[in-house]
Amino acid sequence: MELTTVWFVLIAVLWTGYLVLEGFDFGVGMLLAVLPRRGASAQDRERERRLMINTIGPVWDGNEVWLLTAGGATFAAFPEWYATLFSGFYLPLFLILVALIVRVVAFEWRGKIDDDRWRAWADRALVFGSWVPSVLWGVAFANIVRGVELDADHQYVGGFWALLNPFALLGGAVTTLLFLTHGAIFLALKSDGDIRRRAGDLAARLSIVTLLVAGAWAVWAQLAYSGTAWTWAAVALAALALVGVVVATRARREGAAFVASAVAIVGAVVLIFGSLFPDVMPALDPANSLTVDNASSTDYTLTVMTWVAVVLTPLVLLYQGWTYWVFRKRLTVEHIPAATGLTFRAVATDRGAPGA
Amino acid sequence: MDVLDLARWQFGITTVYHFIFVPLTIGLSPLVAIMQTFWYVTGDERWLRLTKFFGKLLLINFAIGVATGIVQEFQFGMAWSEYSRFVGDVFGAPLAMEALAAFFVESTFLGLWIFGWDRLPKKIHLACIWAVAIATNLSAFFILAANSWMQHPVGTVLNPETGRAEMKDIGAVLTNPTVLAAFPHTITAAFLTAGTFVAGIAAWWMVRLVRSGRPEAVETARTVYRPAIILGLVTMLAAGVGVAVSGDAQAKLMFDQQPAKMAAAEGLCDTTSGAPFSILAIGDLSNDCENVRHLVEIPGVTSFLATGDFGATVRGVNELQDDYAEWVGDWEDQNGGRTFDEDQRFYPDLGITYWSFRLMIGFGVGSAALSLAALWLLRRRGSVTGKAWFGRLGIAALATPFLASAFGWIFTEMGRQPWVVTPNPNPSGVDGVWLMTARGVSTVTGTGTIWTSLIGFTLLYGVLAVAWYRLMHRYAVEGVAPSEKDPSPDARASRGPDGPDRSSDDAPLSFAY
Repeated sequence: MELTTVWFVLIAVLWTGYLVLEGFDFGVGMLLAVLPRRGASAQDRERERRLMINTIGPVWDGNEVWLLTAGGATFAAFPEWYATLFSGFYLPLFLILVALIVRVVAFEWRGKIDDDRWRAWADRALVFGSWVPSVLWGVAFANIVRGVELDADHQYVGGFWALLNPFALLGGAVTTLLFLTHGAIFLALKSDGDIRRRAGDLAARLSIVTLLVAGAWAVWAQLAYSGTAWTWAAVALAALALVGVVVATRARREGAAFVASAVAIVGAVVLIFGSLFPDVMPALDPANSLTVDNASSTDYTLTVMTWVAVVLTPLVLLYQGWTYWVFRKRLTVEHIPAATGLTFRAVATDRGAPGA
Repeated sequence: MDVLDLARWQFGITTVYHFIFVPLTIGLSPLVAIMQTFWYVTGDERWLRLTKFFGKLLLINFAIGVATGIVQEFQFGMAWSEYSRFVGDVFGAPLAMEALAAFFVESTFLGLWIFGWDRLPKKIHLACIWAVAIATNLSAFFILAANSWMQHPVGTVLNPETGRAEMKDIGAVLTNPTVLAAFPHTITAAFLTAGTFVAGIAAWWMVRLVRSGRPEAVETARTVYRPAIILGLVTMLAAGVGVAVSGDAQAKLMFDQQPAKMAAAEGLCDTTSGAPFSILAIGDLSNDCENVRHLVEIPGVTSFLATGDFGATVRGVNELQDDYAEWVGDWEDQNGGRTFDEDQRFYPDLGITYWSFRLMIGFGVGSAALSLAALWLLRRRGSVTGKAWFGRLGIAALATPFLASAFGWIFTEMGRQPWVVTPNPNPSGVDGVWLMTARGVSTVTGTGTIWTSLIGFTLLYGVLAVAWYRLMHRYAVEGVAPSEKDPSPDARASRGPDGPDRSSDDAPLSFAY
């Protein structure tokens, strides 16, 4: 296999890792606004939110690094693609960056201050920071599948509004629905008690909508924009997996449902990247398309990076897998300790002085 | 302002802001690891209390460092796409390596450390914070390797067909003499920052407790905060020496690799033998050599810094301007024609370079000098002090290494101008592998777009800075907890199966968000 193909596949793998892993923590983040029981006391709702956040607490940061690695790998292996994509999709990426920034600090800072208004701000940031990238990654990938306006120098000249076409917006709905379902399943898998039941119910209902919307988009993508026939296999895989999600969530088989929704996301990535190849960014005028050949780094750089990836990727999978094993236990609201954060107002005592 | 100015302002603002938090993270994660190691080895609960106290401050800081770091990786493609096209074959590799080799370790093991207090055996939990500490430092290495390549491109050739820089030798890129000098300088500066942070906050607490006059408070000052101060001060002192030695090595290298940067740093307009070191100079903002007047100078010192010889000749800005124009001009004439204007300036802004260089050194030396004074004051074994000025000095000292780092980066990056990839008119230079900053900016991105992101990032960063400061302040003022219980599974096991803390599936987590 050509090294350019190897790196095309590797980048698809990195995106798969990112979307499967951060997909569920985006989902949990989005559900933060929806799932805590309405009508319950403010205190109970807060405990449920904290439970939700803690199901992804130990892993969300590691999940996000898959994105940074995908970005870095694209820069190293396909600099032209990186340059055209990032400068062309400037504003959506800016919004994603803002969302990811507020999300990171909200996770880490939320519990540090024991104050309702502070936590309310952090929750807004978590919800915003999970919805915006979920929608926009779908919009961005759908646009790439659809093809964009590139000039002869491979520069994106289509402008911002051209990105908001029906196919791309439907793509945004697909990723959002996939992540919502994936997140609800993960929550049901990682929690126990009342919230597990509600997350399971929600996943069962969402999975049908997801199957319909994602199925429609995948068929549209395949009929209108895919260059090959074999990607029908990816469409079929994703569709079967989503049917599996519907069945498993109804039967409350959370582990199977999670595997199935992960497979559905894998299927979506295979469809997207499979329909692109050998382009990395098809242009409306095919003569201007960026391909794995005209966008790639030199053989030397690709060889070096291949060695680095071959040595390090299994290690990453190993210790990230271990993290999931260490924190494999289901959480209930009873596991959530009373808030340990400080208030903004310091009490005038000399701490550190026992008996003071 | 045009796209170039806006993109430069945005890069400057986001990078300097990012680098407020990064040195503290790089230096503090090993210090917290050391504190936890002391606890692990001695079993002394005081070190556990200190680990948790500074650990919380580390986490508050870590979050914002990570958050603002994401912008950096994307920004090259967004605002500097022509730069990315030109250098991607070389520059992307260390960035990807950072993500794979360091960043994954950092974030995964940080999660394990935060949530693993009562899940992991003590030894494994300790190993997690060390993994974080080592990975943050490794991260710094890869980023500095990328930056050093921009300062001094090596291991690369220009491909005339594609018009881009292409990597020939990854070993050369990773062992670039520039990064071998920049890495120790940056790391020791980070340790200086973290040492000052630990010593400054602990000093404030020590004074506060001693002044309360209550015997048990004085005892806490002596047994908990004093050891933390000493750890901080020793770190500062060692780091201060390291910063000076590595800074000197780096300066000598830069006189060779980027002579215009160093000439501008000295405000040295004319080539001089026995060049003096300027303490104070004035000039107007026209950035013209005619207007620079030196008020206070120490003879021969610049020559000594550059070469180790007080009488050596150091080239000035005027001569270098002519050298670069001729050297780059000749090369371009032979390779398809000149691409720069007749009045192109080949040296950086004199005022910014001159002052950022002095402020970097001043704040850095100031920070390290404070450690000597404080060690002198605390020289007697077990001594504590209630001198109010000492506590205030501890707080005032906190800002100095941050400022030194910020000015250091402003100097490094502004001193690189007008190049984004610096040409090197030495035998070690690579023909044609250079790029003017003006040519690196994205061509498809409009001013409105960059205004949007520039204003957006600046406002967001402003809000986050306030929140960060309030959190750090609040947690620093809270101080070390009166006691901490060993939460590890080992401790629960040793308390026996009938102990009150026996691991139970229903017990609340010892740490949760």
